[in-house]
Amino acid sequence: MSNTILEIDNLETHYGKIHALRGISFTVREGQIVALLGANGAGKSTTLRAISGLIRSTSGAIRYMGDDITRTPAHDIVKKGLIHVPEGRKIFKGMTITENLELGSFTLEDDAERKRRMDHVFEIFPILYERRTRDSAFLSGGEQQMLAMGRSMMTNPKLLLLDEPSMGLAPFLVQQIMKIVLRLNKEGVTILLVEQNAKVALKLADHGYVLETGEIVIRGDAKTLQQDESIVKAYLGE
Amino acid sequence: MVPSTNTTSTDTSGQENPGGLSGWLQPQKNRMFILMTLAATAMFIPLVSNNYGLEVMTNVWFYVVLCLGLNIVVGYAGLLDLGYAAFFAVGAYTTGILTSQFGVNFWLTIPVAVCVSACAGFIIGGPTLRLRSDYLAIVTLGFGEIVRLIARNLEITGGASGLIGIERPSIFGFELSQIVHFYYVFLFLAILACFVSYRLQHSRLGRAWQYVREDEDAAEAMGINRVAVKLYAYVIGAIFGGVAGCFFAAKMTAISPETFMFQQSVLILLGVVLGGMGKIPGVIIGAFALVLFPEVFRDLGSMRMLVFAIVMLIIMLYRPEGIWPAKKS
Repeated sequence: MSNTILEIDNLETHYGKIHALRGISFTVREGQIVALLGANGAGKSTTLRAISGLIRSTSGAIRYMGDDITRTPAHDIVKKGLIHVPEGRKIFKGMTITENLELGSFTLEDDAERKRRMDHVFEIFPILYERRTRDSAFLSGGEQQMLAMGRSMMTNPKLLLLDEPSMGLAPFLVQQIMKIVLRLNKEGVTILLVEQNAKVALKLADHGYVLETGEIVIRGDAKTLQQDESIVKAYLGE
Repeated sequence: MVPSTNTTSTDTSGQENPGGLSGWLQPQKNRMFILMTLAATAMFIPLVSNNYGLEVMTNVWFYVVLCLGLNIVVGYAGLLDLGYAAFFAVGAYTTGILTSQFGVNFWLTIPVAVCVSACAGFIIGGPTLRLRSDYLAIVTLGFGEIVRLIARNLEITGGASGLIGIERPSIFGFELSQIVHFYYVFLFLAILACFVSYRLQHSRLGRAWQYVREDEDAAEAMGINRVAVKLYAYVIGAIFGGVAGCFFAAKMTAISPETFMFQQSVLILLGVVLGGMGKIPGVIIGAFALVLFPEVFRDLGSMRMLVFAIVMLIIMLYRPEGIWPAKKS
């Protein structure tokens, strides 16, 4: 068994009076793809936001590579190689693709390394290279998702938190994005994938967790989850 | 061997940016030439202008400094500030109090004013970091009023009648007393403010501001310290205002709380928005418009503010992004 890279221990968060996460615990091992599934409002995005430090958890602990990062500010978590690709891509419209990618390497001072990483991103996403001087506002949804992922690759991540990369994309593009997720994983990036599209996510994942109203209701092997008809019907739809 | 000045290291195609109003300014040489010409013209204005013209132009340079300072907060970092006159007041009062009541040399008051206004920037920046748009506007507005009311009610600030007898500065025994002296002082400050703004805009911090302005969450998720970046904007913006205030006090030799009314903050903000937020040439044009319009329409008497307002409405209707809009790609 490989090492545990991320360990969530009894994590709770509140948005004002709303109890968003009611004590969830799970682990992600190095080199894995782990899927976090569930319906709208189940707490999937909240979990990711808590891990990356964008929101503060009220209790519980988040351990990353052995360090407690529960109270670490977001910008310091990034430096440790734990990168969050937020929901809705959040690319910088009005800036070119190259400028967007440069943001990803903001914490990096070494220009040669920046160029090396950018070349790598362009190799994974040739379409971004073709359009590198264009305003990112004119990209399609799939291209924007690629840009958001490419930008996170600029930080040289160890653990990538992907929030609904398939959202709003045509099936063909979803397949393409998932192929890239798989490729990044093969290159050594551990991936925590949040998805509503459970079928797609479970195909890639090693492990799956199903969230419902802030609690983990089902956990298990991705293969098992995929085959369990009742689970798929009850929690994942279709 | 040749170090590239272009930060976008991957883009080796050297594509020209053809479109846009400022497209013709793109080549570095051309731009330098234009800047030199403008600076030289500004240098020679005192040779041909009467005192009235000089007074107006000095005022223009003064507002260029203030607008560029506010531009850091509003234009670069995207934080609305309706109380910017407060920082200008802090600088002016620091110099006023230290020279008139403690007999401190004018030049020594500048570093003090820098520190005090930086602290003021920190004080307003700290608690407001979590606020956005309307809420931020209200809090900064309140801060501006608080500073003015403090100045109005303290004894050390001279209360409602303000401070008089502020020492005129001198350089190497030469006292700055005439308007032409102050013209050059403020011209120098304006050029300095342009230079600092330009360097900031193209620094790491400048890019961080840009990212935070566009999307805070994404910027933070990519490793930008949102809190520090915003605080820097407030503090640096405040220092611009504070330094401008020092020289304002020295030029006027008297200051009163009424100089730093809410209207003053609005006027400075107007200059920034009118010219084009975030663009140095735009902000300079905005400052010019701010000072020159009321002067040009002086003959209209009390009607001139009305005409001024109408002109501004027309500009905003036809150029919603400011007189000098961002280049389109």
